[in-house]
Formats: sequence, structure tokens, C-alpha cells
Amino acid sequence: MIWETVIGLETHVELATRTKIFCGCSTSFGAPPNTHCCPVCTGMPGALPVLNRRAVLLAVRAGLALGCTVSRRCAFDRNNYFYPDLPKAYQISQLYLPLCRDGAVDIGGGKTIRIAELHLEEDAGKLVHDPWTEQSLADFNRCGVPLIEIVTRPDFSAAEEVIAYLEKLKLTLQYLGVSDCKIQEGSLRCDVNLSVRPAGSRELGTRTELKNLGSFKAIARAIDYEARRQIELLEEGRPVVQQTRRWDENKDATFPMRSKENAQDYRYFPDPDLPPLELEEAWLDSLAAAQPEMAWEKAARYQTQWGLSADDARTLTGRKPLADYFEAVVELGAPPRRAAGWVLGQLLAALGARGLEAEHIPLPPAALARLIHLVETGALNRNTAARVLEAVFDAGGDVDGYVAAHGLGQISDPAAVEEAARAALAANPKALADWRAGKGKAKGFLVGQVMARLQGRADPALVNRAVDALLEESK
Amino acid sequence: MRMSEEMADYVAGLAMLELDGEERREMAGELEKILDYMAALDSLDTAHAPPPGPVLPLKNVLRPDEPAPSLPREELLACASARDGEYFLTPRAVE
Ligand SMILES: [Zn+2]
Repeated sequence: MIWETVIGLETHVELATRTKIFCGCSTSFGAPPNTHCCPVCTGMPGALPVLNRRAVLLAVRAGLALGCTVSRRCAFDRNNYFYPDLPKAYQISQLYLPLCRDGAVDIGGGKTIRIAELHLEEDAGKLVHDPWTEQSLADFNRCGVPLIEIVTRPDFSAAEEVIAYLEKLKLTLQYLGVSDCKIQEGSLRCDVNLSVRPAGSRELGTRTELKNLGSFKAIARAIDYEARRQIELLEEGRPVVQQTRRWDENKDATFPMRSKENAQDYRYFPDPDLPPLELEEAWLDSLAAAQPEMAWEKAARYQTQWGLSADDARTLTGRKPLADYFEAVVELGAPPRRAAGWVLGQLLAALGARGLEAEHIPLPPAALARLIHLVETGALNRNTAARVLEAVFDAGGDVDGYVAAHGLGQISDPAAVEEAARAALAANPKALADWRAGKGKAKGFLVGQVMARLQGRADPALVNRAVDALLEESK
Repeated sequence: MRMSEEMADYVAGLAMLELDGEERREMAGELEKILDYMAALDSLDTAHAPPPGPVLPLKNVLRPDEPAPSLPREELLACASARDGEYFLTPRAVE
């Protein structure tokens, strides 16, 4: 039998606010345990949560970008469960009146994924399990960090589609400044709902939910594994059990989760501490009008406005800090295609060699713009400029200072070039003889020798012309 | 509505309560009375009534995204029934 896989996603994304969703505790990652906690986020008696305005703003921005309808009126509910990562014994979420509904994401190849809803909620704490004792260590710093949960319809049929969706979601949220979406720090987390059914069937099979997916690679592999597992069960005439399963990276397999998931009876009820939210139409309109340019819009503009190739435009916009950097260099007067060449060439190589990310480019855009200008006007040749970039990359980017201090200005005095060319020819009689014997390669060697005599600083066109002239002369 | 002892036990389990036989019967009886009261409300036709809002005449209570001091860790951990220097200690949670 031919089977098809049906997948829906629930993605949790931490919002880029400074403070938690209902209190003023910091959201910064990596603080010492239990230092970002207060009576509100640890659920002490009498504490009163107050909603963070910026969390609402960021969630609405995300909803608009995902094509959702933003509810004019929404409210918060309590999701009740006992687990040591949740000191309040309930999570504040939105069940009955979520912030956004009914969006859609185009993932390319003619496929659209429908978004069922997007709502605000708070994160839980972190548990560290001590293998030597029967205890766990609880750190509540993450309790109350604002999240949006984005729930799709079961519209995916393969791991590749899921990854394409997540890549686009991540890029969208990064461009909006809604979240940094660092999957390794847990600011983007994804649960997968998966079932299989005979191809062409309209009914959904029994689904399982996959958790503990710590990377896009893990997500793809867990999906492939779980689809295979369910198909094997069904082909042996055994049922798929509806359950939550945990991906084990080391064993490359999913296993049923125990405890927590047995009692999925969250007894939601409206949170009496939080008044409802009523959003003004005018405010929503102003937000919609102020949405920034998205990655794919930028990529299209780079091609039509600046004549970049589709590949270059996609690479530049694939990371927002890189696109911002590139645009800053162009803004400072560099011709766009030249700027793209430098950013995608020397600059990425320099970052790669240092293991740096695009948001941490030490070289100011003005330094690269200056370097490109010096090459364009013939003051530096390209190879020297690449050496200068490497030299000033970590040192504040004083291009002019470095060029002056090291006497690197391009030699464009024809007399100096001719002199060096004569000396090079005189010193390499064998190459000259080879050239006369018809070996074209010998000329390239001589050009290299002239360049070396001028410390690589000469205008290459000038060197070529000088060597040609001398070779003509020597015939 | 009939509230079985098993159902009472299930609800108690969700609330992390352990009930003995006598308590279970008592709880089942009390919960049954509550459900009967709900059933009386349920008999009203609410198809066209708007969902009930909060009782307080408030909306859009928001605060700016400005940091405020958190509790000193010592003070926070003083509330813990079990702790080590930096963490709350909890019964071992699986996975
Ligand atoms: Zn707090």
C-alpha cells in the first residue's frame, strides 16, 4: 500500500522583550539560576500579573506577517497542571479567545500552509535532572518569558516542507525583530503532530506528538523515523497509539513519554487576574502599515533595482544582519554589485575564519565602503584591498590609516611600472626565451614577476601593457 | 448528574489529592450537588447570549517593557521546602 504522511506543527517562539510577559523580571538568557524571579512569575499568593505592552505588539506583528486575522478582543486563560517546572501550577495562555487566527504561509513550490491560530502565553522554568539522586533542580528564570505559540493546520506531507516552513518562519520573525529564533537556546521550539493514512484517503489516522526536537536536523529525522514506525505498525496490522513521544538524538528513534502526559486534562478557565485586551482598529492599521520589508521582498528588490543574481540576493537576505550590513555599504556609495561581491566574498570568508556570526561583524560598513571606493578609483588594486580588509578587520577598520602607514597606495605611474618590467625581463631570460618559442604561459609568469617587484601594488592593467610593450620590443 | 467515585478519584488525582474511602464518598456527593447546580444553569437557552466577560469593568491593563528588580535569590529560595545553593530541589521529574 502507498501511504501518505500528514503533519501539523506547534511552534513556540520566545518574544524579544526585555522583561517577562506579566512582570518586570529580565528575560536575558544564561543568567545564574533563580536570579530573574519575583512573586508574580513564581506565583506567590497575592501577586498580580500585568501584561507587557511590547509582548502584545510583537505578537500582533508576527500575526500580521503570517497573514492572520487579529482578534479585536482577546483574553487569557489558565492551563492547570502540576509539574515542578511550573511554580504557579498553571500556565497563563489563550484558549478561548486567541490573539490571532486563520493565517497562511507560502513555502514555495506552490504550497501554502494554513495557520490555525497564534496566541500569547508564558514559558515554564527549566529542570536539571540529577542522575545520582531522586531529585531534580529547578531554575525558574524562564518562568513567564513571553511566548507566541503558532499552530498550523495538518497541511505538511514531508519533512522538507516542515523545514521550508520553519526556515521561512524564522526569517520572518527575525526580520520583524519579534524573536532571535535561536533553536539551540530554546527561543524557537517545535512540536510535531504526525499521522499516516493510505494515499488518497480523506480520513486522518491516529496521530502521535513528537517532542524534544533540538535542531532542524532532529526535526527532519524524527519525522522520517516516526512516519516509518507508524507505517510498519499498520502494515503489521497493529494500531498506532495516540501518545506523546520523545525524540532521542543518540538512539535516532522516538520513545513514548511517561508521567506528565498521562493527565492531559488542563481544566482551562478564564484567568480572573487579567482583564481582556481590546485592540483598536486604527492601532492595528498603523502596525500593518509599518511592517518592515521581508527577506523575500528584499531579495526581489536587490535583483530588480540593483541587478544582483538571484543566488547572491538570497544569500545576502538569508541573514538579516548581513542584509543590513550590505545595505549600509551601498548607502555609503558603493556600487551594489561590487558591494555584494565583497560582502559575499572577503567579508564572509573573514567572518568564517573567525567563527563569527553576521550580527558581530567587527568591520564598520564605512570601512568596507571606503575600501571599495579606493579600488573603484584605482588608488588600490583588488588584491591589496583584500589584504587591507584582512589587516583592519578586527582593528577598527582604519583603511586610510593602514594604507598610508604601509605605503600600499596603488602604483599607477607608468614610468615606475616600465622600470620594474624591464628589470623583471632582464632577470628572467629563460621566460623571455620561452615566450619567443611560443609558450604563451611565460607572459603570465613575467607579469607576476613585475607585480612582485612592485609589492603587488601596481595597477594590473598597467603591468600588462608594460610587459606587452617590452615583449613586442624584444621580438 | 451522577458523580461516580471513580470520577471523584480522577478529579482528586488532577488536584494531587489522595482521598480515602470515606472522603471519596463525601467528595462525590458534594461534587454532585455542584454539578446539579450547573445543570440548572445549563437549562437556560444561552445560544444568543454573548460569552460572559470579566466582572471588573477593566480592559487593556498594560505595563511598559521596563525592567524592575527581581527578588534576591536568598529571599526566593527561603520559600523552598528543599533547596541547594542555587536551585529549588523538587521530586525527580521524568524526562
Ligand atoms: Zn518576575
